[in-house]
Amino acid sequence: MRYLIILFFLLWFGFSSYGQFTLSGTITNEKNQPLTGSHIHTKYLNTASNPIGEFEINGLPKGELRVYISYLGYTTCDTLVDMTEDVVLNVQLKPSETKLESVTVKQKTTKVSSSLSEQRISKASIERNSSKTLADALKEVPGVSLLRTGTTIVKPVINGLHSSRVPIFSNQVRLEDQQWGTEHAPNFDLNAAGKISVVKGASGLQYSGDAVGGMVIIESMSVKQDTLFGKTIVSGSSNGRGGTISSSIHKGNLKGWRWNALGTFTYFGDREAPDYILSNSGNRELNFSGDVSYIKENYELSAFYSLYNATIGILSASHIGNVTDLYNSINNQVPYRIDDFTYSIEQPRQAIHHHLFKFNYLQRFDESSSISTFYSLQFNNRNEFDIRRGENVNKSALDLELTTHSLQSDYKKEWERFTLKTGISGLFQNNFANPRTGVRPLIPTYVRFDGSGYGIGTYEIKEDLIVDGGIRYDFSTIEATKYYLKSRWDERGYQGDFGDIIIGEAASQWLTKPRFTFHNVSASLGVRKDFQSDWKWLNNLSLSNRNPNPSEFFSDGLHHSTGQIELGDLRLKKEESLKFSSSLSKNGKSFSMEINPFLHYISNFMYLRPIGFETTIRGAFPVWEFQQTNARLMGLDFHSTWNIHSNWQHKFSFAYVNGEDESKNQPLIDMPPMTISSSIDFKKPKWNGLLLELQSETVFRQNRYPNFNFETDIVLDGEFVPVLVDISTPPKAYQLFHFYSEMKVKTFKNLDTTIALSIQNIFNTNYRDYLNRQRFFVDEMGRNIQLQVKFNY
Amino acid sequence: MKNLKIMALALTAIFTFNSCSNDDSPVNEEEVITTVIARFVGGGQIITLTSRDADGDGPNAPTVTVSGNFAISTTYTGTVQFLNELENPAEDISEEVAEEDLEHQVFYQISNSLGNFNYVDFDSEGKPLGLEFTFTTGINPGTGNITVILRHLLNKSAAGVSTGDITNAGGSTDAEVSFPVVVE
Repeated sequence: MRYLIILFFLLWFGFSSYGQFTLSGTITNEKNQPLTGSHIHTKYLNTASNPIGEFEINGLPKGELRVYISYLGYTTCDTLVDMTEDVVLNVQLKPSETKLESVTVKQKTTKVSSSLSEQRISKASIERNSSKTLADALKEVPGVSLLRTGTTIVKPVINGLHSSRVPIFSNQVRLEDQQWGTEHAPNFDLNAAGKISVVKGASGLQYSGDAVGGMVIIESMSVKQDTLFGKTIVSGSSNGRGGTISSSIHKGNLKGWRWNALGTFTYFGDREAPDYILSNSGNRELNFSGDVSYIKENYELSAFYSLYNATIGILSASHIGNVTDLYNSINNQVPYRIDDFTYSIEQPRQAIHHHLFKFNYLQRFDESSSISTFYSLQFNNRNEFDIRRGENVNKSALDLELTTHSLQSDYKKEWERFTLKTGISGLFQNNFANPRTGVRPLIPTYVRFDGSGYGIGTYEIKEDLIVDGGIRYDFSTIEATKYYLKSRWDERGYQGDFGDIIIGEAASQWLTKPRFTFHNVSASLGVRKDFQSDWKWLNNLSLSNRNPNPSEFFSDGLHHSTGQIELGDLRLKKEESLKFSSSLSKNGKSFSMEINPFLHYISNFMYLRPIGFETTIRGAFPVWEFQQTNARLMGLDFHSTWNIHSNWQHKFSFAYVNGEDESKNQPLIDMPPMTISSSIDFKKPKWNGLLLELQSETVFRQNRYPNFNFETDIVLDGEFVPVLVDISTPPKAYQLFHFYSEMKVKTFKNLDTTIALSIQNIFNTNYRDYLNRQRFFVDEMGRNIQLQVKFNY
Repeated sequence: MKNLKIMALALTAIFTFNSCSNDDSPVNEEEVITTVIARFVGGGQIITLTSRDADGDGPNAPTVTVSGNFAISTTYTGTVQFLNELENPAEDISEEVAEEDLEHQVFYQISNSLGNFNYVDFDSEGKPLGLEFTFTTGINPGTGNITVILRHLLNKSAAGVSTGDITNAGGSTDAEVSFPVVVE
């Protein structure tokens, strides 16, 4: 335990022409104070750090670069930096008499596309959200909103789109975790993320051709310096009366062995709204991830494994039966069931396991070309426990086992002005819907094969003008084994179009084998212009296709968690998307900003639309059917950072999206309302790294929504009374205030501790959010006070 | 490059030996209530109200039959039975309801003041269960509906619930059927 690190992510994107790289960073002492005049020495150029410890060396050539950083009385830092792009090197020097070695961690700026704006999630934000979900950390990006089912099931929404339209990649592997369901959150432990990027478009063709909404790209931490260090974050929260402990250990190396290991344990009881307990909203997580890599001059081998293991309670009051129950819940505004606080999690609940294994091999042919190949295996088991009776009480109502194998090979070659990336991939997926649940599954058993190839080129016309373009082909075939109720088969009118897929019969059900094949071509084209004086302008046009997912094709039946009958449609066509996005940004010393307008057309846009009622012995249920329409989305994201003074900083962000169903001339459902967030920070490094932050978050009311309200008869005192079930009207606007503070303390010689105290929803405001599926039943969570202690050793 | 070949070979092996054993058997619907049968005995009559939904949660509406008309000013002893007839032999779900009596209650409603229901059976805490009941018709003839509602995990302590008023009961509805009846 001799080491200490500081990790800083770039909020700006360094960029310069090939062969002209910049090395920059900050030199501090062991108390995090800037070291003025420290000497930074390379074989090309030397410099000294300025009064706030910063330095910058421009015009460095490509290749490995040895850097010496020295300051009188401190141990000299000697490190190797791989200059293939701009590099930020933040170094903390140690007084030489204590014989501590310095540790440096650098972050390279690798980007998905040079013409599309890409937002990084800061390490600080990942750590602050240690006891929350991946999506909670993504929320800091303007244009990202959250689709919730209660408190702990959270999905990112990018520019109004989510789920199957926003794939998530962990170390290049696309998470295959039943992501189509709105109440299926990404199966990922946020603590395992080293860096996270949000791409608001489909331009990352090396990843996928169907990211209609955008993508989230996660990489785990990789330390390219001979060192060994660890980190532990302990968080305790007042709301939910629980917390998280996450501990990791990292062995870095420039050449030879590198490894990382991380474990996270989360334990929460019922959350609380300002006025009542949100009964059965606790959760548990026990996650692990680790990797080992071996690096030589011309090749790298690595193996990665991660396990996500979660049990999530679903609010008791959201378990409803028929439309009468839904009507009562909406009109009462208070949950029908409020129990005393408890840690125990009853039905309904989800229990999820996700294993991800990856083996990667990278071969470098020379300085400028390499090929990287990986195989990955994912196993996802989703069990949903519903309220049942008798012998079935402890039996899950849904048990899906999704196994995915994928193989991918990527080749990269750089010339002086041109970079080529090309690759091929294949995927085999098997979903098994266990029939032993005793409930007809919404998602059937199926097998899927995918194959794809892509090529992306980036050409530098001039030093400040770059164009890029790419094309990708995807082949996909899916064959399901599905039982249809004969009555449903007739009601859907499938006999005429699909009579030949019936292969068997079991009492009142047809056994069918529907099979679909798709050939898709996606493309992307972009241009980037850099101006003198820190301005740059990015433009990107991307074409992508998304095939109907198993839920859109095959859903048929009662969705217990929503109290509605959801019907898929075998006749659905693929969705085609064309998105134009532009970004103008300025990166100044005192003021930075980015404005990002977009225009997005999606033909055959798939969405759920209410079509009427079906009566069963449980009463009447609204029927929602997957339909297709032509959608148009447009919007604007903006954020700015203003360094008012060396200690004071102001941040502002704004996001707006306008979604229209062009075929029906009405607004699209579930579009995020306009949001404004503003924060003011006070930083005083001399006072033990004190940081104080006050944030205001305003979410406006969504005034553009389709009116899907319906009338139904409910039984009141034996009489049928017609009532209006208002499922459409969005909740009121709300404003929340949050506070965050942290300080660094030196507790022991080799242990650095950061203590953070934060309060979310300071004024314990009652509110409901349009994008929360439980807004019909309960208020959102109330005030939460969180104490977090972070140890670096 | 040798490493690459070995790896390719290893991966091929993994793909080849990955056999999938998907079980294609149909799901035995174990929980659906397909049938509600209410039997009324009184005044020398046996009247049976039946609602049967052969396709469970499927698109077809239940078939409702009423075997006869009620007589005015008569007290009937009643029982209700919930069945899953998708299983063979049919599963009697009322037995499970009786076992988990603290979590269940059956509610009865009748329109046009044609009569009154009273609970006969009670759970282990003395609150009504409703699998057995009495029904007393009024002095005036007329037509209306009898509605039978089974609620699961309701709040049995809420106001009015123990007298059969469903307004504050909460919980989730497991069965809700209405029968057109005549009192003559």
